Amino acid sequence: MGFEIEQPCVELSKVAVSETHGEDSPYFAGWKAYDENPYDELTNSSGVIQMGLAENQVSFDLLEKYLEENSEASTWGKGAPGFRENALFQDYHGLKTFRTAMASFMEQIRGGRAKFFPDRVVLTAGATAANELLTFILANPGDALLVPTPYYPGFDRDLRWRTGVNIVPIHCDSSNNFQITPQALEAAYQAAEAKNTKVRAVLITNPSNPLGATIQRSVLENLLDFVTRKNIHLVSDEIYSGSVFSSSEFVSVAEILEARNYKNAERVHIVYSLSKDLGLPGFRVGTIYSYNDKVVTTARRMSSFTLISSQTQHLLASMLSDKKFTENYIETNRERLRKRYNMIIEGLKSVGIECLKGNAGLFCWMNMSPLLEKKTREGELELWNAIVHEVRLNISPGSSCHCSEPGWFRVCFANMSEETLEVALERIRSFMERIKKE
Amino acid sequence: MTQTRKPSSKPEAREAQNPSFSSSGMKLIVPLQGVVQGRGGLLLGTLVPCALFYFLQLYLKRRRSTANCNPPSPSSEPTLPRTSSRSNLSARGSISRVRISRLATQISRPDESLYYVGLDRVSRDPYHALDNPDGVIQLGLADNKLCLDLIGEWVARNLEDSVVGTGLNINGIAPYQTYDGLMELKMALSDFMHQVMGESVKFDPSNMVLTAGATPAIEILSFCLADQGNAFLVPTPYYPGFDRDVRWRPGVDLIPVHCRSADNFNLNITALEQAYSQARKRGVKVRGILISNPSNPVGNIMTQDMLYSLLDFAEEKNIHIIADEVFAGSTYGSEKFVSLAEILDSDYIDKSRVHIVYGLSKDLSLAGFRVGVICSFNDSVLAAAKKLSRFSSISAPTQRLVTSMLSDKRFIREYFETNRKRIQQVHDEFVDCLSKLGIKCAKSCAGMYCWADMNGLIRPYSEKGEIELWEKFLSIAKINITPGSSCHCIEPGWFRICFTTITLEEIPLVIERIRRVVESCKSSS
Repeated sequence: MGFEIEQPCVELSKVAVSETHGEDSPYFAGWKAYDENPYDELTNSSGVIQMGLAENQVSFDLLEKYLEENSEASTWGKGAPGFRENALFQDYHGLKTFRTAMASFMEQIRGGRAKFFPDRVVLTAGATAANELLTFILANPGDALLVPTPYYPGFDRDLRWRTGVNIVPIHCDSSNNFQITPQALEAAYQAAEAKNTKVRAVLITNPSNPLGATIQRSVLENLLDFVTRKNIHLVSDEIYSGSVFSSSEFVSVAEILEARNYKNAERVHIVYSLSKDLGLPGFRVGTIYSYNDKVVTTARRMSSFTLISSQTQHLLASMLSDKKFTENYIETNRERLRKRYNMIIEGLKSVGIECLKGNAGLFCWMNMSPLLEKKTREGELELWNAIVHEVRLNISPGSSCHCSEPGWFRVCFANMSEETLEVALERIRSFMERIKKE
Repeated sequence: MTQTRKPSSKPEAREAQNPSFSSSGMKLIVPLQGVVQGRGGLLLGTLVPCALFYFLQLYLKRRRSTANCNPPSPSSEPTLPRTSSRSNLSARGSISRVRISRLATQISRPDESLYYVGLDRVSRDPYHALDNPDGVIQLGLADNKLCLDLIGEWVARNLEDSVVGTGLNINGIAPYQTYDGLMELKMALSDFMHQVMGESVKFDPSNMVLTAGATPAIEILSFCLADQGNAFLVPTPYYPGFDRDVRWRPGVDLIPVHCRSADNFNLNITALEQAYSQARKRGVKVRGILISNPSNPVGNIMTQDMLYSLLDFAEEKNIHIIADEVFAGSTYGSEKFVSLAEILDSDYIDKSRVHIVYGLSKDLSLAGFRVGVICSFNDSVLAAAKKLSRFSSISAPTQRLVTSMLSDKRFIREYFETNRKRIQQVHDEFVDCLSKLGIKCAKSCAGMYCWADMNGLIRPYSEKGEIELWEKFLSIAKINITPGSSCHCIEPGWFRICFTTITLEEIPLVIERIRRVVESCKSSS
């Protein structure tokens, strides 16, 4: 013993040390502020209110009621006879009953306007894994996916980190309510080509996060034509499809494919999850629905790395096959979300803040650009800082969603009680009054 | 693929042919040279045909990349449904013009590993004592069915309270949880592992990242410790699943370090050194060693000395060690299992290079529930693994259930005592019966399988002979066992036979079926 010998540090991989996980962006910085001083109705009424988490807590009671009245769902029957097979079941095909229940639930959400076959359902532990898995399957490292802006900040990590695939933005702006135009699509494609990057797919979120709005039918038709012309894929992340305020306003790409008799369908893949619509993100339930046989086979094999617990599959299979329950749930959930949305929109309007006209999701897309001193990213972040630290609301700045226009913010309204939402609105009122005085 | 074949117009056919096309092309040039006279003629006679061939190849390559047909792969999966009005969809689905990635193309091919082919054969015609007594008996999957009754009883008694809590309140488990696992479960797992590994090592919950099974744990560590194109050294024979976990998405290569029957397949440091230097010579960067201890498929345990030697080796080369210890609780012999973590207490050892993988699929028979653990002493690895665990998190209700089960210390103790006894019983009986048939097994003291030497039954003494024997077992005896070649064993004729998927009472049936094959081999020799 005696002197210390310098030990060479054992190296880690590039993936491990890269910053692509994106957890240093403001999107996550706001969360830190919340974690350090979280709002609580009783114990910490001056804390930061979390409005940056798209979680659906408005319909829990319906789930609880179901489980209460159907206790066999959460068990394997008296004496647990089905338990043996279930405990050992790790087949990546997943429980047939569960896949069938998921397919049927997805049909119900779309008002029966599209058919889903259980054998095309691939199960993953959450939509996060589904999106990453599809990226591994559709693109090689160095290739690109085209994604319309603004988009969910998590995509930077989910689609790029381990896959080595790039995201090329399709720029959308407020002049047409952030809709995807053919010009923007073509421009994005050209931009990728200019960098010698092969475009493999367009990835859309419908209904959109963070816009909180469904994509119009004509835009979807256009998108399908575009990807067919370019011979690339279309991934439609439809995890908010059950959170559309009115059923008739949502058009899934599945419906359009059916109308076209599935011509060119093998390039289309839908991602779904129970995290948003059913408010069960902790359960880790996601799916890939693909019209491409090879993608289904490959995704199934790859899903070995992200299987859903057979216990959870068993538990949810009975719940989701109960058509009476699911119909009632979908309708009630929609209604409650719409009520919340109206509450926040009216509240914001009354103090002069406009939002994008939305019709879905767990958030609204708020326009605060009139308040910006400088209409730049820095100006937006300054305002955001004030909102997080003075108003004590964690909302998501548009720049973290890669929005090309500064001043927009995503504000979540479904992860709290109505009372808390009222408190948040009150704080915004006071903030706006203070600003008017200055 | 003949020398004189004219280039066909079908891109798929050409894709398959191209590798030999250029060599067959060159074989045409030499005679051409003879035709042209004189030096200048010789030069032209060489250059011109060469140029022609090169341009032809270039043209073909371009045509191939625009046409790009992935030849329809005969899938071993059940075919997807075809309804009358959807015939377009299915027909189109298998011959698509749109490309998928290189990785996907590789994975979508029918599985060549007999390990997986065997599993598939069982699924098409699975044995069932009453419903299908002539079906294929599964002895190729290391699942432990011996103590499922105990777990089932516990679940029947405790489930409602443990999953959704009293009052069926799902509020706690519904929302987003930390991706790398609930602290309560980490603590429960830490205690459990302490018990399982002989009570001589403590795992700090803050050094743990939970994942949906041990499979993603291995993959995540591969992503963290090595870059694409790097390699891990792995002693053979090894668990066939490693080829998938390490190579597929992380793109890390596995370099075999061959172990031999003369050493009872124990790892030899000299062999490790050799494999390492050979890799260096080839310009391959070795980033770590991947071991399974207790070993799968052999079932032996690493001695403390060997573990120290491994650590010294890793120190010297400055590389990582991944120790897959999923069978730690499935020991039955007199030898005591020593976890790699146990010997890390020396001052001179750099703990940051050691990473342990564990899970509940084997020791607690809960493969369907997907509960795996990464234990690392490297803060950077933990930080990266925590973030990556978002892609493979354990379902919250399952975390609750398992936490509850693991916290029932009395149940766990009883389970282990019984499990150990039952595995030992079945193992001893099975190995004894095999030896009466003239089949010897490697000395093993852990795991759910025996490593059987059937080299006397294979003709020729090669991988081909081994595969033929494997096929005989499937078609004549209707049992699925894993051939050593799938485990990259250097000596032909070894087979892994799992015995925890059958009952003690079913052993005579299995032995009888094996006897059929043994006799058929003897009579044909």
